[in-house]
Formats: sequence, structure tokens, C-alpha cells
Amino acid sequence: MYLYDDLDRTLVAERVAEFRDQVARRLSGELTEDEFKPLRLMNGVYLQLHAYMLRTAIPYGTLSSAQMRMLAHVARRYDRGYGHFTTRQNIQYHWIKLAELPDAMADLASVGMHGMQTSGNCVRNITTDQWAGVAPDEIEDPRVWAEIVRQHVTLHPEFSFLPRKFKIAVGASSHDRAALRIHDLALRLYRNGAGELGFEAMVGGGLGRTPFLAKTIKPFLHKRDILSYVEAVLRTYNEFGRRDNIYKARIKILVHELGAEAFAKEVEAEWQNIKDGTLALDPGAFADIASRFHYPAYERLDDSPRELTDARRADRLFDSWIGNSVIDHKVPGYAIVTLSLKPEGGTPGDATAEQMDAIADLADRYSFGEIRVGHEQNLVLPHVARRDLLPLWRALDAIGVATPNVGLVSDIISCPGLDYCSLANARSIPIAQEITRRFRDHNLARELGRLHVNISGCINACGHHHVGHIGILGVEKNGEEFYQISLGGKGDEDAKLGTLLGPAVPYAQVADVIEDIVAAYVELRERPDELFIDTVKRTGIEPFKERVYAAR
Amino acid sequence: MPLVKAGRIVDDPYVRALDDAPIPDGVPVIVPGPRFLADASELVARDAPVGVLWPNDRRAAELEPWLGDLALIALVFPKFRDGRAYSQARLLRERYGFRGELRATGEVLRDQFQFLIRAGFDAFEVKKQADARVFTEAAARFSVFYQPSTDGRLPALRHRLRGGGPAVKARETL
Amino acid sequence: MTSPLEQKIKITGPIVVTANRVGDGAVVYRRADGDWTTQLDQAAVTADAAAAREMVQAAVADDLRAVGSYIAPVTLTRDGGVRPGNLRERIRLAGPTIDFPGAARDPAQTGKQAAHVSLR
Repeated sequence: MYLYDDLDRTLVAERVAEFRDQVARRLSGELTEDEFKPLRLMNGVYLQLHAYMLRTAIPYGTLSSAQMRMLAHVARRYDRGYGHFTTRQNIQYHWIKLAELPDAMADLASVGMHGMQTSGNCVRNITTDQWAGVAPDEIEDPRVWAEIVRQHVTLHPEFSFLPRKFKIAVGASSHDRAALRIHDLALRLYRNGAGELGFEAMVGGGLGRTPFLAKTIKPFLHKRDILSYVEAVLRTYNEFGRRDNIYKARIKILVHELGAEAFAKEVEAEWQNIKDGTLALDPGAFADIASRFHYPAYERLDDSPRELTDARRADRLFDSWIGNSVIDHKVPGYAIVTLSLKPEGGTPGDATAEQMDAIADLADRYSFGEIRVGHEQNLVLPHVARRDLLPLWRALDAIGVATPNVGLVSDIISCPGLDYCSLANARSIPIAQEITRRFRDHNLARELGRLHVNISGCINACGHHHVGHIGILGVEKNGEEFYQISLGGKGDEDAKLGTLLGPAVPYAQVADVIEDIVAAYVELRERPDELFIDTVKRTGIEPFKERVYAAR
Repeated sequence: MPLVKAGRIVDDPYVRALDDAPIPDGVPVIVPGPRFLADASELVARDAPVGVLWPNDRRAAELEPWLGDLALIALVFPKFRDGRAYSQARLLRERYGFRGELRATGEVLRDQFQFLIRAGFDAFEVKKQADARVFTEAAARFSVFYQPSTDGRLPALRHRLRGGGPAVKARETL
Repeated sequence: MTSPLEQKIKITGPIVVTANRVGDGAVVYRRADGDWTTQLDQAAVTADAAAAREMVQAAVADDLRAVGSYIAPVTLTRDGGVRPGNLRERIRLAGPTIDFPGAARDPAQTGKQAAHVSLR
């Protein structure tokens, strides 16, 4: 993972000092809320229903055990003993007091963490695949590129007051695990026909009120040009993005209104002016950033150690967990382990301070001190020796993060919703909790196969419901909570927006409806291993619609 | 609205001649963009310096033919959240090589000072007296920057490649 | 529960003025004496549009102590109590309708009708 040096630390420390001063000026009245609000947003401080919320960036989802311990400390010392991992690889604390925020931020800064760029009209946390650096199908570690771009856009003097937020994702494998096409700008590293390594640049993705999938505006960009091209995109957006209406201010609207081709031309014209200037990435600069990424000293290990095969045979539960939560690693003898933060009846993505501390210890013991956060709101231990899987599983199970439901119907992605969020129209967490109860039988869930359920409590779509296999959107009707259900969304390289199933369903019926949809799938699928999403694609939504609305 | 230059509050030698107001002789004058373009050759032929107040929704490139004649360009932040003038400033300084006074007007608050300096502004019509007074301190708040920019400070990357040490100013700023 | 940030001001019954306290973001209600309280039953209640407008304007101006002031509906009980007038306000007063992680959980529970039950 990337190791902060004195320069990085100084930048963060100076930022904390500035915020401390801004908080003091707010509390003394020298700054009005109107003046303070954009400043606190630039540090990731929101005001929610019950309290301030601090969003802390976890750059490209990578954490050291020391950082995880600090997240636990902040939860314990300044919050109510837990934190929430988000769909953008960040963490949120829901109960922090304004006056204590500078201290919390100073504590986080001591391990190189901060809330910069997690809010406001600037470039946000750059996300990537939670298996970056260890996935077998990856071309190169995308996190190095995410870091290069991150440094460039952090507190950028020209791009800190954009028309609206700007989200960037970087990917480097043919199977897209970073949901590239729902981002404002996506950079996909690949090898072209001539064998050269470079980026496909896509712009204009985004969910919310007007969902769009990103369009390719630059099919191939040489690595040296990445910063100048990002600069050209941001400058074009800064100049021409709409500022008259916040619901029309994202770059997706600009791309839509101009047309992707016209937009690409504008960017290209600007880029031609700067591509050979100071932003051209020379090999020295790249090497410097790359050198700060430390990779484990992997041992040469047996890929099928005897203790593992024996244990799988002896323990059905362990075997089931292996089959669900453990993925092949690019290094033989190792594995990528997903820690499910979706226990039955739990809040998706939440972890207690105790769990965080325990996971930090397990990371030190079994994963070279490294943890990842996925946009599916689960955690990952990316470097586990296969011979250690049994003791690791026992320890994970003991702290409640070994539910074998990764990628299954009860592995729900959900925003915090009306229980926390001032933008919400309806609750999302209780809906998720009830669905996990209905599908608590792991054999059944496994039998159903990969099935992504996404829940958003309002049209801002922080739960990414548009790209859920089953998407659930909370709305308000006459003071009551209702939910629109959609089917067939996908967030991967074959990205698609879901189709609305029918009229919105009241709160008390949502879990029943999900059960009906699943029952319809089981009836309709051609073979047991035809995935839900493929059945929907094949049959369309009509048969599901009939089944769900027949009795309602 | 106090004017800050070189870290100090100074009197403004420029007179604003908006709309159809007659342009006084022999004094530095700031003229709105459309008016400037309409009368450009006359205005730049004056004895006294001429400046233009350029709107934030027009391309800075339009001023290129006049950059050698303009003593001042004032750019606008209608709300401090509207960051278009940062792009205009950088283009004027870095692409078109404008060397005159680049003034930030509109809603200019202390928390933007460093962004403004790094984008190339060297004069500031500061909204609040209190902010104007602490300009130098506020402007020095950060010593480390990731990006190359107009104020000549080395970005962090270049520092590391040179062998570390805290970031220093590559040339005198204000 | 449409976010009040998007609502037009419409007074069709008794209301209070509510906001978040600057120091800690806690939910507070405007009192008749202009102070703020976390106790809903101490809030100033009115069903008069002009009074409501005045109250919220004064609250908005009280930027030092409270932020995001708006008008929220309440219902009055027969014994003179004041209750939140919709789910959003119920949640703001009583807190999230779910347990925090780590709280003891009853595995026998199903489909809790949280809308009608306050967990705190």
C-alpha cells in the first residue's frame, strides 16, 4: 500500500490546522453557516438528521492495520462505537460533535487519513477494485494510477470549486469490479491491439435523478498522458458545466446536452494545448509513486495445503465459507478473503470499534497488515496464506464477519436512509434487515446464486439501486414509505440500468415482494446455474411483474 | 471592499467605468468586457493604464489580442463557489502569458486566498475587512502542494525527486 | 417525508420550528423565549401562519446556535402533549429506528414494524 511521507503528512496536518481555525470562527460567529458550510464540506463534514457526519476517505479502499485501529479509536472516542463503510470505499461516522471534529481529524491525520475531498464540489475519493494488486485477471495494480491522479486533484487550485462533485474510478481488469461506468470519469487500463498499455477514458456516468452510463471519449490514452487528459476533462467541465441548477450540474448532463462527440472534441482541443507540458508523466515521476506502494514478501507456498483440504472435508460450515468468501489470488498459495459486513438482521456496511480492532489484529497476523474496503460495503483481507484459512475463519466467525453470503441475495448494498440521512424520503436499513432475515438459510441463498440487491432511500441513489439486479428505491407517498422495485440492473463491464417493475410497494410488503421475485426466478430459470440477472435478461420483466402484482 | 496587493491593503488607483459612464482622462480605468472590446483600440491608446472586468462565462482567449496592452484584468467570482475564474486565470497566466495585474473580484473570502494565488491572481478585492487584514497569514497556510501551478512553487512530486526537504517557494510571490 | 429542504412552507395544522444545534448537531426545537430545547414538549407551538413565519425567520437568524431551521408539523394529544407530526420528525426526535451495531439482537424477531415502535 502507499506509504505517506513527510510531504503528504504535512499537507494533511496543515489542512487539519486550517479546519480547526474555521471551526473556531464558526463557533464564535465570525463565520456564518452559509460561509462555513462549503468549508466543512471540503473536509467531509455533513449535517444529517441527528448530528454531524464525518466522512473519512479511504483512498482506493486500502487500509493498513494501524489505520483501521485509528478508525476504531475515532468510533470509540468521538462517536457511538461504530462506523459505516460506504459504496465509495469511504467510512462514515454519524455522531461526531462539531467542536470535537478537529481533534478527531488530528487523530486521523496522525495515520495519514483525512476527510479532504469526500464532499463538496471537487474531485472525490478515487475508487477502484477492492482486489487491486492481487486479482489474477488484473493487468497492473490500478491503485498506483489512482494515487497519481489523487495527488494531482487534491486541493487543486483550479478545480476546487467545480459545478458539482466529480467522481473518478480506475480499473485494470477485464471484469469490472469498480463499477466504472457509473462514474463521472472512468479510466480503464488495458492492452491495445499493438500490445501497448494505456487507458480508455469514459465520461458522464452517474446515478441519481437522471442516471447515465459513461461514454467512451478517448479509446486509448498513453500512460504518460493521464494527468494532462484528466486536467483537460476537468477544465472543460469547470468552464461549461451548468451552474444554474444543482440537479443539472454534473458532467453527465453536460455530456448529454452537448453530445459525447462534441464533448470529446472540446476536451481534445484543450488537451492538445497541454499534453506536452509539465503534466506529461515522466518515468521518474511514475517510478517515485510506484515505489511507495509496498507489496508483501510472499512466501512460496503450496496452493492446496493438506490442512485446508482436510478441514474443508471435516467442517461443512468452513467449506461453505471457503466456497463463498475466498477467491483465488494471483500468487499461488494465497487467497483473497472477503469479510461480510452483512450479518442477518444487521446494518449493511456497519462495523463496531471492537470488530475493527479485531480485524486490524487479524490483518497483522494473516494479511501482511493490509485491509481493503469494497464498494459493496464489505471488507477484504487481500493476502491470506491458504494454510491459514481455518484459524482465520474461526477468528472471523467469532467476531461476526464470516457470514457466507458474499454476492448472494442477503449481501445487500444499502445507503443509511431515513434513519440517518437528511436527504432521504424513506428508510432503507430496516428493509435490508428484513430481507436478510427472509433469506437467512445459507443453503437457499447459495442455491439462488449471485444476486445483487441495492437499496436507496432517495433519488440520490447512494445505494446504487439503478445498477442492482434487484433495485429498491424508497419514496414518499402521502406521508407513508413506499418502494419502487426495478430489475435487471448491472454495474460491471456490461453495465445496464434496471427496469421498473410496477407501482411502488408499501414498506410492510417489500420483503414479501422480494421473496416473490426470487420465487419467480426459481420457476423461470432454465437451469439451476442460470443466474438471476441472466434469467431477467432472457425473459424480460413481464413474468416477474405478473407474479408480483397478481395478488396485490 | 478593501484591495489587497503584495500582502497589504492598498488604495485602488483604478476607477471603474461601468456601462455608459464617461471615461475620465489620465486615470487608470477598469472597463467591462463588452465595452472594452467595442472600443479597444481607442482605450489602449490612452495615456493612462486600462483594465478590463471580464465576465466568468466568456472565454479568456477573447482577450488574447490585447494582453500586451492591458495593465489589468479583473475576473469575477459571483459566488465564491463559482470557480470558473480559476480556469480563466490559469489560462491567462500560463497559456497566454499575461503579465499585468490579475485581480479577483466578487465574493473573495480568506479561505480562497491560496487557491487564488496559485491560480495566478496577484490582487484581491476582499469581501471582508477582517479577511483582508490577515491576508499574509491566511495565504501562507499551506506549504505543501501536489500540483505544479502558476505561483512557481514546486509540486510535491518534484520535491521528492530532488531529494526531499519541505516545499519552498521557487520564486518570490507577493 | 419529502426532505423539508425541498418543501414550500405550508401551514395546515400545529407546527414547531426545529433545527440542529451548532455544537453537536443535536435536534433542537425553538422555544417561545427564543431559546432552543431538545425537549419537544417545551417547544413553541403555533397553527398561525404569520406567527410561524416570524418564528422561523428569527430561528434562521440565530445562526450562532442552530442551523438549518425549518417548520415541522406536530400533533397535539388530548392531554396537551406534543408529538412529531410525521415519520421524519419521529426519527429526528427518537433517533434511528434500528439498533446500533453491537446491540443485543433477538433472533426470533421478524418484520418489526419500526414505524410504530420507538427503539430508544
